[in-house]
Amino acid sequence: MKIHIANGRLIDPAHEIDQQRDLFIASGKIVGIGSAPDGFTATRRIDASGKIVCPGLVDLAARLREPGFEYLATLESEMEAAMAGGVTSLAIPPDTDPPLDEPGLVEMLCYRAKKLNRAHVYPVGALTLRLEGKRLSEMAELVDAGCVAFSQANTPIVDTQVLFCALQYAATFGYRVWLQPIAPRFGHEGVAHDGEVATRLGLPGIPTAAETIALFTYIELARLTGAKLHITRLSSAEGLALVRAAKAEGLDITCDVSINHLHLSEMDIGYFNAHCRLNPPLRSLRDRDALQAALANGDIDALCSNHSPIDDDAKQVPFSEAEPGATGIELLLPLALKWGQGHKLSLLETLRRVTINPARIIGSKAGQLSLGARADICIFDAEGETTVTRERLRSQGKNTPFLGLNLPGKVCYTVVEGKVMYAEP
Amino acid sequence: MHNPQLNAHGELQHLLSLDGLPRDILTAILDTAEPFTEVAEREIKKLPILRGKSIFNLFFENSTRTRTTFEIAAKRLSADVINLNVATSSTNKGETLLDTVDNLCAMQADMFVVRHASSGAPYLIAEHLHTTKRHDIHVINAGDGRHAHPTQGLLDMYTIRHYKQDFTKLVIAIVGDVLHSRVARSQIAALTTLGVPEVRVIGPKTLMPTDLDKLGVRVFHDMREGLRDVDVVMMLRLQNERMNGPLLPSGQEFFKVWGLTPEKLAVARPDAIVMHPGPMNRGVEIDSAVADGSQAVILPQVTFGIAVRMAVMSMLGSN
Amino acid sequence: MPQLPDANTLFAALIEQMAPHVNDDTALVGIYTGGAWLAERLHEALGIRHPLGTIDVSFYRDDYGAKGLHPQLRRSDIPFDMEGRSVILVDDVLFTGRTTRAALNELFDYGRPARVDLAVLVDRGERQLPIYPRFCGHTLAAPLNEKQNLQLEKADNGNLTLRLIDA
Repeated sequence: MKIHIANGRLIDPAHEIDQQRDLFIASGKIVGIGSAPDGFTATRRIDASGKIVCPGLVDLAARLREPGFEYLATLESEMEAAMAGGVTSLAIPPDTDPPLDEPGLVEMLCYRAKKLNRAHVYPVGALTLRLEGKRLSEMAELVDAGCVAFSQANTPIVDTQVLFCALQYAATFGYRVWLQPIAPRFGHEGVAHDGEVATRLGLPGIPTAAETIALFTYIELARLTGAKLHITRLSSAEGLALVRAAKAEGLDITCDVSINHLHLSEMDIGYFNAHCRLNPPLRSLRDRDALQAALANGDIDALCSNHSPIDDDAKQVPFSEAEPGATGIELLLPLALKWGQGHKLSLLETLRRVTINPARIIGSKAGQLSLGARADICIFDAEGETTVTRERLRSQGKNTPFLGLNLPGKVCYTVVEGKVMYAEP
Repeated sequence: MHNPQLNAHGELQHLLSLDGLPRDILTAILDTAEPFTEVAEREIKKLPILRGKSIFNLFFENSTRTRTTFEIAAKRLSADVINLNVATSSTNKGETLLDTVDNLCAMQADMFVVRHASSGAPYLIAEHLHTTKRHDIHVINAGDGRHAHPTQGLLDMYTIRHYKQDFTKLVIAIVGDVLHSRVARSQIAALTTLGVPEVRVIGPKTLMPTDLDKLGVRVFHDMREGLRDVDVVMMLRLQNERMNGPLLPSGQEFFKVWGLTPEKLAVARPDAIVMHPGPMNRGVEIDSAVADGSQAVILPQVTFGIAVRMAVMSMLGSN
Repeated sequence: MPQLPDANTLFAALIEQMAPHVNDDTALVGIYTGGAWLAERLHEALGIRHPLGTIDVSFYRDDYGAKGLHPQLRRSDIPFDMEGRSVILVDDVLFTGRTTRAALNELFDYGRPARVDLAVLVDRGERQLPIYPRFCGHTLAAPLNEKQNLQLEKADNGNLTLRLIDA
């Protein structure tokens, strides 16, 4: 299949390109930008007039729920969702059942994903066996099997000695360790940000200090071990300040924020809206504003969906009993655009946070358009709209705080390795 | 945001929380309760208002006392009362909260009185009734987690109005474990809505929730400072399981510092009244000399509680 | 619009009818609000020994479900022992009889009276229940427009007048 994407506005943040150029694809690779290679005859021509043509999006956290939670979602359903969202590369957190702590499991996951031939998956291996925080996982073997980094997902290591050793061991190989800043024994019975809303609603609180205490520990251990850190799902202005200072100090540290925390705050809990039961909790408006500004000025490197399909049974319960998380992979592009509009950023700068930046954190060549690169492309209409409804979401998880909203941007085509895997209905 | 407690006409559809209820509705409930206090003095303590209505006491958390007060109120209004102790029945068999509600709706329930250990559970039920278009079924929150206990808050307001008439000239102190108290949250919401100029809370920092001052109260840690010249002292119950652990060293120490004794009460106004939602822990939060003393209005609170619950049920039944 | 009779004239007629039947066992109960004003005047004029009772029948009305609670509920007050009493229920205007039925039900929740009579200032007819007043100041010759309420009003000086009001 040879594809000619014509008349589109090509935006490639990795190469600072934003101009009208045609794109030529053959054998799954980009073979021409601006002009066709000699002898190129397209078998399919896509007219992208008035549309944006950009690298397929890269998502740093998408739970596909396999293995172990197939009743919540399957690779098939979530890959469809990724395609509808223009997302062509996914990092997968290790909190499956069993967790991704064994090379065989990782190989199986990669094999299943490859067979589906949709988005590329980048498994993040479990840092410790069964995520229990006691024994190290076979990191080198896991990398051979396909893991790109190591993480504890939402389960912090209680024993600091183990965390120290895990970081030392990872640093031995230069592997990046992804850690969500959660203090293991502080505010762990909480369900909402410890502030005015939780006080008013009588919800047990999770103090901001649960994030900062963890960050103080992680950063100090990174100093001691030389480990490369990626801080996942920042939620507070205070936590952000610690990461900013660590970066300024010269530590090799990156960080991300989720679409939920970028746009929402504790106020959105309203009358116990279980869609807003998230981990980390939605914090104050001040925190949200700080996260938005930090993503704009580059203190926060990437935006992710933190896609977590959850079934209705786990959400239609009282707030504190609800499973934390929300579906989101289809909302990554619209919510990035919404944020970018709010901060008057160029599309190029907006897309940088969901393409090349997360790709670099993964250590992948994805997220850019260069000659000879894998042809993973997203074509979208920046003037279009995405309406978030249960019916339109492809993900098996229908629960998100953004239900009912009209968001900017509409994905028209998603191309993976030179094949059109999604076309706007 | 849509207030799930009010119907399209701004009338009370459910009673879920006192936070967010307009002042005129709070006052209307207290006014409606007034004539109901007289019913208890009749030979036949029964009114035909809810004759033929089925009220389900849906208690996911055991509380014989609260359940009984709702049961008496409903029976004095001639309703049929069905007590469901869900804590020991269906939910343990895997039935969800909303399954239970759907089942009871199929039995033609008219009203649910809900007690649940999780904050917000009655909201979930009210929202479910709304989305399934069962607008003729009403929910009364009989206590949810740490969130709200609106009928307790209302009976406290009734008691204060009975003894002090005008809310707008009072200084009121709430004493004890505010962190875990749904009663305190309902009291604070009602007192601030009804225009009490100074609401104080007194207790150790471990039992004060974050940003409490944003709810419109002054926070004190010292009893003698906090009780000075107050008109009303509202004591909170300290649960046994909080007494020895990371929050408090012991019940004895709590009593020594924050227990209401005649000596500490002496700094309040001489005509100050003392309230307690019950059941009391004598010698932990309150001294017997105060509990049984002339300033205590703890038993009248219980009596008024029936009238207030009758008022709420009759108003919901007619909206 | 029919000529409304003078309330004070009817009041005098009512006293004349009732006086021979009043004794030490007699108690008066007025129905809020017009009946309560009337009962207050009758109580004084007839020299009734037992203190005056008043009731608000809102809780007992058969249209409660449709109409809901009246915004200004009054506290019913029966300050005498109902058991064995000879009660005269007092209302300003007798119409369908439904208020009287509600009042009878409420009275019996206080105890078992020896007998209950009904005294009204005006009977406007068109009864829907088998109720008949023993004492009646005036009976209207022709039915009123059903959309109109006939009711007693009390001036600041205590003077009572009958008024027709659009419902």
